[in-house]
Amino acid sequence: MPTPLVLSEVAKTFTMHLRGGLALPVVDAVSFAVAAGECAVLGGPSGAGKSSILKMVYGNYAADSGQIIVEHHGRLVDIAAAAPRTVLAVRRDTVGYVSQFLRAVPRVSALDIVAEPLVARGVAAHAAQERARALLDRLNLPERLWTLPPATFSGGEQQRVNIARGFITDHPVLLLDEPTASLDRANRAVVMALIAEKKAAGTALLGIFHDADVREAVADSVIDVTRFAPGRRAA
Amino acid sequence: MSEVTDEEPLLRVHGLSKFYGNRVGCQDVSFELWPGEVLAVVGESGSGKTTLLNGLSARLMPTSGSVSYRMRDGAWREVYRMSEAERRLLMRTDWGFVHQNPADGLRMTVSAGANVGERLMAVGERHYGNIRATATDWLGRVEIAADRLDDAPRAFSGGMRQRLQIARNLVTAPRFMFMDEPTGGLDVSVQARLLDLLRGLVREMGLAAIVVTHDLAVARLLSDRMVVMKDGRMVETGLTDRVLDDPHAPYTQLLVSSILQV
Amino acid sequence: MSATANLATYNFAYLDEQTKRMIRRAILKAIAVPGYQVPFASREMPMPYGWGTGGVQVTAAVIGPDDVLKVIDQGADDTTNAVSIRAFFQKVARVAVTTRTAEATIIQTRHRIPEAPLAAGQVLVYQVPIPEPLRFLEPRETETRKMHALEEYGLMHVKLYEDIARHGHIATTYAYPVKVEGRYVMDPSPTPKFDNPKMHMSPALQLFGAGREKRIYAVPPFTRVESLDFEDHPFEIQRFDAPCALCGSTGVYLDEVILDDRGGRMFVCSDTDHCESRRAAEPAAQTPAETLR
Repeated sequence: MPTPLVLSEVAKTFTMHLRGGLALPVVDAVSFAVAAGECAVLGGPSGAGKSSILKMVYGNYAADSGQIIVEHHGRLVDIAAAAPRTVLAVRRDTVGYVSQFLRAVPRVSALDIVAEPLVARGVAAHAAQERARALLDRLNLPERLWTLPPATFSGGEQQRVNIARGFITDHPVLLLDEPTASLDRANRAVVMALIAEKKAAGTALLGIFHDADVREAVADSVIDVTRFAPGRRAA
Repeated sequence: MSEVTDEEPLLRVHGLSKFYGNRVGCQDVSFELWPGEVLAVVGESGSGKTTLLNGLSARLMPTSGSVSYRMRDGAWREVYRMSEAERRLLMRTDWGFVHQNPADGLRMTVSAGANVGERLMAVGERHYGNIRATATDWLGRVEIAADRLDDAPRAFSGGMRQRLQIARNLVTAPRFMFMDEPTGGLDVSVQARLLDLLRGLVREMGLAAIVVTHDLAVARLLSDRMVVMKDGRMVETGLTDRVLDDPHAPYTQLLVSSILQV
Repeated sequence: MSATANLATYNFAYLDEQTKRMIRRAILKAIAVPGYQVPFASREMPMPYGWGTGGVQVTAAVIGPDDVLKVIDQGADDTTNAVSIRAFFQKVARVAVTTRTAEATIIQTRHRIPEAPLAAGQVLVYQVPIPEPLRFLEPRETETRKMHALEEYGLMHVKLYEDIARHGHIATTYAYPVKVEGRYVMDPSPTPKFDNPKMHMSPALQLFGAGREKRIYAVPPFTRVESLDFEDHPFEIQRFDAPCALCGSTGVYLDEVILDDRGGRMFVCSDTDHCESRRAAEPAAQTPAETLR
């Protein structure tokens, strides 16, 4: 079985056209792999490009060069070069993402937001909502909030909706962008348990955790992003 | 890629250009649209969005280039080489067009029910009871109360008119929709409701759509893929969230940086 | 002045020969494409628009010295419009005129088809105010022409749908749209829908002239003429509760006649010739009571 996620020689530079074409190199020669059942954590100070790497894997940022290979339905897909609709298919079935911030959709209830990734994969609405309820319950989101759109929720409540949405599917690769940032101790524990379950199920996880406790608890390996700082290639 | 190789696009646009004398309407636009995919065309006024939309939707003969559509029987047809009868039939069965101003897409003097039922009658439905039942069902799906069935759209609010226009288009279960600033001119709360409704319908019916908008938030919410137009040309295209979060073209960066944050 | 001197003032049947040829060409085309509105160069006639200028031009183009002309307005031979047009052709074509349906070779009509069945060889000329049945919902002439050309008639049913939605039944009672020979949708002029079935497979030639709108259309003999309807709201003609108060006819179209200002009224045949013939043949029928049941 191929490795679910392999990055090789990935580079990213932002060109700020509004500032006279100023080039801001972010990362260079990013190469690592995440195995099934492994939780790899991106380490390094803020601004080192951890989040950019995660977003490139998700196809949210374009990679300038290199390859980001995921195993999608038994085939190898290079996210860095894939057509938009392929990226969408990969997101639907292969690569999940839990971001720090929830992009709330007007009028859509928390329950439907959580259930949506399952519905998009063809699970019946009723069954998907059942799973969503179980997850929200486990994350201690008060039931009275479930039918409300999360736009007015607190940061922690929105975060839990987001986590539930990310964890509801069984994507083989799951990206975690500070999933525990605004959670209390109890809910952090729930998330750690969820991560452990994913690992046991063979999911490849790639995450950013600022919280050292959580990082220690879940990380199988830490990838030092400063290794990929631009300009170090020659060394 | 594996699950997509046996599929074909729905629409192929190749080298589409339209000139108004020396002035460029749109120039060398090429893309493909796939079944169930929503493509947003963004840009400021004068960028060629509307020319492109009209050129794609068989409303404006392009100067050069081709627009091909895969018909329900699987055959590829060049839109501008069809007979007018075929093209008009296509436009009122397998295509839909949602105008920015609902009055342009509705018959304002006839009832909501007749507005929704017109496409059915146009394709030969001759049972009043069935037409009425279908129209009632569609009003419900666009969140218009059944007791407004016999009211003319003149008596409707802007948001209701827009929803009625959508129902009128979707009643023949088209596979492909054009939307021209579908939320333009509506209050923000009404916009949100309409966007939510459109999102749901597009997903539920597996509709492919081209949405022309200058509102990047609308593009983000509705579309999978985005085309940025400037001076009649495509300056950037890609996955919607990629274009918005990691814009490459100078103009796209300007556009994205100009959004007011709430 | 003598009659000959009078006649010499005009070309036969008023119109000059070139104009008649032009109108005849339009008529031939209309016959060849049943229900299709053929444009023609409508002339100024010595009467105002709305008084039958289209019908008069069609009649003038087809009438010959041996024809026998009948003119009716709302079924009556004795109304101003009918009398004037009859007198006009007596004067400009010196043709014989009649009020008897069976005797006429050309019948010019406004708003009715005679009750007596028409025969082969007869020509029925309709005066048409608005020839375009789609105009009610689509005012653009360019668009309605396209709709006819492409046989896009969904809109016609939208009108009937609106009728049912508003009134519970198809409330259109006159100018009720028909489909001719399975192709063109046509406005039968403002005849009551009661007369629509008479157009279907009629042995007579039916010509329609719209003077102001400059259109001629035709239904050749033995042509299918079907009234549009819905499966669950089929086409129906008007029914009357009582027979004609004068001749006792049933199954004919009746006009309401107000007798006094105390609510007195009666229903009588709108076709005056039919009514008179009946009464002449059966004097007893003059007592309406006897014909009831």
